[in-house]
Amino acid sequence: MPSLPERKVGIVACSGEELAVGTVTRLAALRVLHDLRPGRTVTICLPLFLAGGEGDRAFARFHPTITVDGCALRCAARGTARYSGAPAASIVVDELVAGQGLPRPDGRRSLDEAGRQAVDLTATRLAAMVDEVLGAECAESCEREAAP
Amino acid sequence: MTNREQRVAIVPCSGIGKPFGTVSREAAYEVCEVLRPDRTDLVALSKLVLGERDACRRVATQPAVTIDGCMLKCAATLVRLHEGTIVNEVAVLDVYRRHKDLKPEGIAELNEAGCELARVVAREIAEVVDHVPRSEDLTGADHA
Repeated sequence: MPSLPERKVGIVACSGEELAVGTVTRLAALRVLHDLRPGRTVTICLPLFLAGGEGDRAFARFHPTITVDGCALRCAARGTARYSGAPAASIVVDELVAGQGLPRPDGRRSLDEAGRQAVDLTATRLAAMVDEVLGAECAESCEREAAP
Repeated sequence: MTNREQRVAIVPCSGIGKPFGTVSREAAYEVCEVLRPDRTDLVALSKLVLGERDACRRVATQPAVTIDGCMLKCAATLVRLHEGTIVNEVAVLDVYRRHKDLKPEGIAELNEAGCELARVVAREIAEVVDHVPRSEDLTGADHA
């Protein structure tokens, strides 16, 4: 039986340098990549969609992506959709934190306690989304294989 | 500070896969928060990807320093794409080649050598910022 390349999810964090919630997106993406879902995820630099080659731009057309944005501008989600392909799922840290009634993170260079809580929350939600996306893909491919 | 001062846009790369990207980000914070807070503005690269109006106007009207962690030079490329004027294009790898003892490790959290490399980069940028003419120097408005 031939071995198929393992499917991975691309995580695109806005990394917004101006805001603490941007730092949260970056650290949450790294937590998922290194600790929570190693081997099932890759990170993608958002600017590469513009500054990189066609291969970078084509990524989200062929691989599922999850975008992680800090604020309502949603640079990662909108940038990914505009230059590569629609993300399979997306998170906005500001909304996630507010929805949980947590204080707004502070300290873009060095996160405060609220920021560290936001990283935990965002990373956990991201990992669940990775499972959902890969699970859905698995289910779709199983259906295709089962079809007569 | 007065409105007449020419502020410099500092644009670090958003590199998330290697320690050099983290160094670029740390160096930008060191310049904008510690060394030259009164003469610099940090600009998020993701806003330039999206074409956000204020960020694009800032790099189009202010001299810019770009800090890139890899040879793809996303920060420099995007500033040029938005018709910005780059007064210094910093490649962290080039600075590292001059300071081989400062090998950065860690992405989420840099080791001490990486932090020191970021401070070296930041000090070099601060010197460049000091040499950017202020608005009155450019316009000559204070001269007879």
